[in-house]
Amino acid sequence: MAPVATAPVEEQRKIEETALITGSEAIAVACKLADVDVITAYPIRPYDTVMQYICKLVANGDMDCEYIVAEGEHSQFEIVKHASACGARVFCGSSGVGWMYAMEALTVTPALRIPMIAMVGNRALDDPGAFGVEHNDALTVRDLGWQLVWVDSAQEALDTALIAYRVAEDRRIFLPCALSCDGAFLTHSQSLVNIPSQEKVNQFLPRYNRADLLLHPDNPITVAPQGNEDWVMEIRRQNYAAMERTYGVIKEAYADFERIFGRSYGNPFFEEYMTEDADIVLMGMGTLSTPVKVAIRKMRAEGKKVGFVRLRWFRPFAAEDLAKCLGRFSAVGVIDRDYSFGSPYLGGVLAGEVRNALYPSPGKKPPVLDFIAGLGGREVTVPDVEKITASVYQAAAGKPQPLTQWIGLRE
Amino acid sequence: MGRLFAIEIIYRGIYQKTLARNISRAIVLAAHKEGKPGISFGRYGDSPERNGIPAKSFAIVASDNVTLEEGMAKYEPKEVDITISVDDTLCKGVESWAWYGLQPVNKLLKPGGTLIVTSRENAEALIAMSHAKTDPYQLAIIKGTPSFSGLWVYKDDHTDVRILGAIAKVLPDLFSLKSVQAAIMDEWKDSLKSTSAARAYERTTSITVKPGQGNPEVPYKFDFPKWHEMGEGIAIPSITHGKPMEDPTTHVQGGYKPDRNPTFKKYTTRTMRPVVNFDTCIKCTLCWLQCPDSCFDVTPEGLYDANMQACCGCGVCEAVCPVEKCVTMVNETEFKDNASQWEAWRKDKEGYKTWLELKIKSPAPRSHGFRYLGQYEEQVPEMLEIAKEG
Repeated sequence: MAPVATAPVEEQRKIEETALITGSEAIAVACKLADVDVITAYPIRPYDTVMQYICKLVANGDMDCEYIVAEGEHSQFEIVKHASACGARVFCGSSGVGWMYAMEALTVTPALRIPMIAMVGNRALDDPGAFGVEHNDALTVRDLGWQLVWVDSAQEALDTALIAYRVAEDRRIFLPCALSCDGAFLTHSQSLVNIPSQEKVNQFLPRYNRADLLLHPDNPITVAPQGNEDWVMEIRRQNYAAMERTYGVIKEAYADFERIFGRSYGNPFFEEYMTEDADIVLMGMGTLSTPVKVAIRKMRAEGKKVGFVRLRWFRPFAAEDLAKCLGRFSAVGVIDRDYSFGSPYLGGVLAGEVRNALYPSPGKKPPVLDFIAGLGGREVTVPDVEKITASVYQAAAGKPQPLTQWIGLRE
Repeated sequence: MGRLFAIEIIYRGIYQKTLARNISRAIVLAAHKEGKPGISFGRYGDSPERNGIPAKSFAIVASDNVTLEEGMAKYEPKEVDITISVDDTLCKGVESWAWYGLQPVNKLLKPGGTLIVTSRENAEALIAMSHAKTDPYQLAIIKGTPSFSGLWVYKDDHTDVRILGAIAKVLPDLFSLKSVQAAIMDEWKDSLKSTSAARAYERTTSITVKPGQGNPEVPYKFDFPKWHEMGEGIAIPSITHGKPMEDPTTHVQGGYKPDRNPTFKKYTTRTMRPVVNFDTCIKCTLCWLQCPDSCFDVTPEGLYDANMQACCGCGVCEAVCPVEKCVTMVNETEFKDNASQWEAWRKDKEGYKTWLELKIKSPAPRSHGFRYLGQYEEQVPEMLEIAKEG
């Protein structure tokens, strides 16, 4: 075979291109651009698409990393935890009950201040065995010190992965981050994605420097000794402070992202769609944004002023900003692609958090209705959204509505 | 508010766990005979399932329920009327698994409170082992070999009831001998045990330990850092590497002495210590290899010196040593410091030999968990005789 002419390395680093790739592939490309050192894998759908794409990148010689297929999710997450402690930039991920099987490792990761980036291909928790999206898997770590972000497009997946590395590996933070991607809707559908140049990524993303916490013979430290009641509370308080700082560091990272890549996400924490003149708003996370936006355009043509707030960052939760935003509307309809059985008013997780955010707010507190929808990968349809909107309008008019309603259910 | 009584039982993990629980329970049950409510509990941060680790049980009794609740509002009492040390070697200090540094055995004793110790030692020896206090306190000795058994077996040598009898004597406001005996009959249905309690009651005397009397060492103290002063990521500096040892006579350097935790000493777990005959050692390395606490320092000439800051006294070295009487376990009460045996041997070989023979011959017997088969059968009749005759 004749040698293929390739551009010099300096030129290659400047190449920007557009590719037709899935959300999973976009995250794999982000791993390549971030020059991740250690990647562990264990197959479970839909996360496994990422491990396959990364595997292909390695096999093709496009990416140089330690790629370890573990014997289960628990080991998978433990291996990268230790690699990160030794100064390696790491990536891993899982889905559904695979993520749950890794739970012990997931629990200790933020406590040890490990900036692990994990992709959660959102999947219903067994039983029954189901591939489809539900957000309960990723939400299980919401209290532990994990940063949690939901994306709704392949482009946003790629960009947010780079931002996540930048924020997690910031010495002020050193906390893991889970990138939540809806199974099927994002992980398995291809769209056109702008792949930034290596040069720009290098400019945006500094090297991971574990500094004084580096586990290395030249820096002899003991990590995670036993600590009794005399120490645990102070250690928790340190994580509280780190999580408190994420809000500012995320803002910085998005501002820098816009400066370097020229692509803006506006408010990093949530996206507002047609809210400027809206009477009521719907709220949700992930790819349900597509049917909601389509339904809103349809309803607007019918004269209904409906807006949409898509939450990206669930942890940290930008409560003050969100309360200020929601205070502008006369009612809010939260769509929960999750459940929290027995919770206050039997609602989903997101609705509970939204009400919690609104309660201390000095501004207006609109009624918040909750709609459980799209579980197990069921589609959230345009008529579903219209039905939800009708109920929210009733609430806005002061007519009592059930606080939690199931939408798209056969009943 | 009524009156609150607090009693702590300091014991050794596994070997004395059941003993401590029996005493603690019986205190509450005896007080209950007089209408006093109470609770009994083990200190949660301890690890009583680890061989020999110093641990604590508490009995809190009050004249009424409201007062009891006042006492229960703080998990661990800050001061006690009676400290019971069911093993005399604990007088050297208590270093809990839930680490607070090495603490004096009598730390929680109120001024005028009583320290009850089970021992064959005399008062002078026990006072010398215990840290000095600024206030006077009483010392009472229950004569006998400290009672050791296993986690699943209980050596019923009446140590439990003898201590109860002594409590009735030194703190009559808590409960009378009659109540103790009634509780014993309820709990064990054994009139011999009841008699042993009465004998202990009759014989128990206490002497006053004066302020400043005892081990002058300043108890370990440290300040807790604030959350923002602590390092992040639950990471702490490691124990550094070791260095060669230096011969005290020739100043030749060689061998290897590993650095050890400067604050967590471990040695209060020890009830017996190995003494080493360096003249007969064949340098087989077995003690050094098998020691679970890596307590052997390697000397320049390749001998093995058990470091007494690190030795937990488990006896594995004695068990694995192929040379007869090269490593011998000896009761910890026989020693006043943690000095290096090898250095003493290097400085004066004849003197060391005399010292070694004296230590090995010294009678002070000790039950040491699993030391040899049949030890319980030997010790129980002997202890019952002491309980009966004094």
